[in-house]
Amino acid sequence: MWDRNQMAARAAKELQDGWYVNLGIGIPTLVSNYIPEGVDVTLQSENGMLGMGPFPTEDAIDADLINAGKQTITELDRTSYFGSEQSFAMIRGGKIAMAILGAMEVAENGDLANWMIPKKLVKGMGGAMDLVAGVGRVVVVMDHTNKKGESKLLKSCTLPLTGQGVVDMVITNLGVFNVVEGGLELIELADGVTDEEIRAVTEATIVN
Amino acid sequence: MNKIYGSAKEALDGLLKDDMFIAAGGFGLCGIPELLLEAIKESGVKDLTFASNNAGVDDFGIGILLQTKQVRKMISSYVGENAEFMRQYLSGELELEFNPQGTLAERMRAGGAGIPGFYTKTGVGTVIADGKEHKDFDGETYILERGIVADLAIVKAWKADEQGNLIYRKTARNFNPAAATCGKICIAEVEEIVPTGSLDPDLIHTPGIYVHRVIKGDHEKRIEQRTVSAA
Repeated sequence: MWDRNQMAARAAKELQDGWYVNLGIGIPTLVSNYIPEGVDVTLQSENGMLGMGPFPTEDAIDADLINAGKQTITELDRTSYFGSEQSFAMIRGGKIAMAILGAMEVAENGDLANWMIPKKLVKGMGGAMDLVAGVGRVVVVMDHTNKKGESKLLKSCTLPLTGQGVVDMVITNLGVFNVVEGGLELIELADGVTDEEIRAVTEATIVN
Repeated sequence: MNKIYGSAKEALDGLLKDDMFIAAGGFGLCGIPELLLEAIKESGVKDLTFASNNAGVDDFGIGILLQTKQVRKMISSYVGENAEFMRQYLSGELELEFNPQGTLAERMRAGGAGIPGFYTKTGVGTVIADGKEHKDFDGETYILERGIVADLAIVKAWKADEQGNLIYRKTARNFNPAAATCGKICIAEVEEIVPTGSLDPDLIHTPGIYVHRVIKGDHEKRIEQRTVSAA
């Protein structure tokens, strides 16, 4: 089984040299720690920045410089700033090669739910709906099961959708799936996880 | 013509009325027009509708207007981190229209640019698309979203000149340029006002044509998530 960092490291292998990429909050943020040697990617923060740097040291904290998770960050030599309207123009316009984000549920047809639980959790979709509709490739990184041990990879989502048929790949603590015609294709097992184990906790159709 | 006002209260003079629609810049607590929001609270104006990406936190930003129940409706993409907001929404006291973040930004941009509506893929197949016109272009389905024109836009910038030309700083720019354009009247609060001619014309983010009133003030610039790396 993979921990959060191992999941992030696996997701980082999907990055390609020269890409502009948007990383979501949580485990996806950790992906930036594992960008492979020789792969030069530029991170977008949808509040209006390309070229997001690491967290600042205490003396470099700047209230005017935050990421989409509202955390203080730093800029790089390559950094550019812009308004939200331009930030989402580049997202909607397909200029961002990949988004890596978390999820509550993913369905076998690529439907994604990650923004609300009716009557329980009302936070909002932020930029997630724009990202999944606009970027080249959507990779979800999430735990395979919920707190009750139930599959988060479903035949169809039960929660309100963030996007319809938008997910290309799912990386969980148990393995990696591509979303393909007819369901999910299991392409990799996490360390120490057997084929039998992963299938036993996956509700979605596995095509291979 | 003088665009420079002495205080947030003076800049708002004659512009506020109950039931009005205000577009506000800012993302989280970053780049929010905190002084104007405070002055709006003090005015006691009520039943406000705000188009703003977030609603601040309980005691800062738009949150202070929620505490006093001056807000009737929010148009926002994300309202987490605000307990009072959640309470008022779940109890039905406050109306909330969720907009995807990019849709909200583009609605402001479009409204300010005289574009009454636009088609976007964002939200197709979700509750956001309910009741909206769907149209196919080149084999893809899009939904119609409306441009926003607000009674008043309030924004925060770094520097202004006496013409109302604005420059923002780093990610405090966020929604401010789009919000500035979509108000029938726009007030900007800034950290510094410089004489006309002292900003590089090539580097102005919001041209003064959009900005009607400007105030300078001291900003708290509160940080929501103070994250640091080891030195």
